[in-house]
Amino acid sequence: MIRDITLGQFYPGNSWVHKLDPRVKIIATLLFLIELFIVNDFLGFAIAAVVLGVIIAVSKVPLSFIVRGLKPILILLLFTFALNIFMINGEVLWSWGFLHITREGIRTAIFMAVRLILLIIGSSMLTLCTRPLSLTDGIERLLSPFKKIGLPAHEIAMMMTIALRFIPTLLDETDKIMKAQQARGADFESGSVIRRAKSLIPILVPLFVSAFRIAQDLAMAMEARCYRGGEHRTRMHEMKLKGRDYAAIVMQAVFLAIIIIEANFAPW
Amino acid sequence: MSIRVEHLTHIYDKGLPTEQIALEDINFAVEDGELLGVIGHTGSGKSTLLQHLNGLLKPDAGRVIVGDVDITALGVSMVEIRKRIGLVFQYPEYQLFEETVAKDVAFGPKNLGLSDSEIEERVREAIELVGLDYEEIRERSPFELSGGQKRRVAIAGVVAMRPEVLILDEPTAGLDPKAHHDVLDMVQEVHRRTGNIIILVSHNMADIARVSDKIIVIDSGHLVTTGTPREVFSQKELLRGVGLDLPPITEFTETLREKGMELPSTILDTREAALAIAKALREKRTKG
Repeated sequence: MIRDITLGQFYPGNSWVHKLDPRVKIIATLLFLIELFIVNDFLGFAIAAVVLGVIIAVSKVPLSFIVRGLKPILILLLFTFALNIFMINGEVLWSWGFLHITREGIRTAIFMAVRLILLIIGSSMLTLCTRPLSLTDGIERLLSPFKKIGLPAHEIAMMMTIALRFIPTLLDETDKIMKAQQARGADFESGSVIRRAKSLIPILVPLFVSAFRIAQDLAMAMEARCYRGGEHRTRMHEMKLKGRDYAAIVMQAVFLAIIIIEANFAPW
Repeated sequence: MSIRVEHLTHIYDKGLPTEQIALEDINFAVEDGELLGVIGHTGSGKSTLLQHLNGLLKPDAGRVIVGDVDITALGVSMVEIRKRIGLVFQYPEYQLFEETVAKDVAFGPKNLGLSDSEIEERVREAIELVGLDYEEIRERSPFELSGGQKRRVAIAGVVAMRPEVLILDEPTAGLDPKAHHDVLDMVQEVHRRTGNIIILVSHNMADIARVSDKIIVIDSGHLVTTGTPREVFSQKELLRGVGLDLPPITEFTETLREKGMELPSTILDTREAALAIAKALREKRTKG
């Protein structure tokens, strides 16, 4: 069940999108998110959705896999939808007691829901198509100009790498401990909220013990290989922009221009 | 009580590119009072198989029948199944979490909804059954014990549920020779005193040969062979083929046989080997 979360998961592949430079992908994704906030009508969203659809098709990530990633945010989606539909004033279409549904309410609710869905899918495409290690490498390179003002770019990237690297390990560990306690008759699914919270203790205590043990082993292994931070470190794989990266940059620039024009100068 | 496994198949990550067949068409049965040894190299599917036996994993095809209940059927009470089948995972000491040993061992019985006096009695019995001193150890923290002791406490936590079937996944992994020996003796002692079915997974061929009534061999999700230790370990080439070995003593006597010494085949016990070699040497001398 923990494995159903696709946000932040990598989908192995060898597509054009997978092979792009991580720096280009990070920046393009950030721009895509900004563009979603520039958009102010449904036509803009339609354009963005088509672009996203093409990217998904090229990346060969199955749509069902992406949709599964939306599940955890379903509650958030419904909550904002309900809030918008009831809270916005305007032409009343239906009312019951203190609840009113207005034409503007429906429009805003759908508008916000579409924006949220596109935001989630857009950002999950980044992690689905980028190996976690190259993602953190990309972040490190993008942050390195800020080293001059004292930002520890390498250390931040290293911490992210380690965190990402150990998510599956800790999930496995959680899975193992849960199964072991279930075999001893533990029940995590039924009972009141307090009982369920209490039933987490037999999982959390061993999990923390394991996490500290793993951290200690890792620190020891790093020191044994003389790790001492980012100074004078060279890379085996130097990041270099290739033809497809420039092509992606140009395409994103064109897309940005279209969105801005559509939002500000559209005749309708 | 018996366990029957019929046409068991399990597939991990069904429908993803990482899809992998973990078990395919596994069939075997264990009868009451037997000690079943399970061998296979790392990643062969042993642990996956064990998790099917107490309902932690559901098969994609096939059935697991415990006593007369099909535990893969819908609507079967898992609590009831787990009451009857105790599973001790690899490195079970990592699941210890309570402040004291007694409380930790009591976790299982408590989940069964037993009375306080019954729980205390079972905890005492289980701790003594795994060879620890109840009075001395019950108020200590499980985290301050030695590796071997932790392992025993963790096993006691399952034994205290008085399962009719006790499954142990590599109970001796990572222990020093003395603790290894003690834990194995303890498993035999538990088997002798409770008379339950024990299913033991191990990488140590000598251990398996010593304690099992019956052995199953698993390789990449398939059941390769099954039989008594003598039957299984007489198939040297087959075992080699799936990355396994003979017990050291058998390896030794088989080599002597190849060199021309007249010994019975597939000797599994050191004492038996010593007597047979002495006999062969004596006969050679009288002949010569």
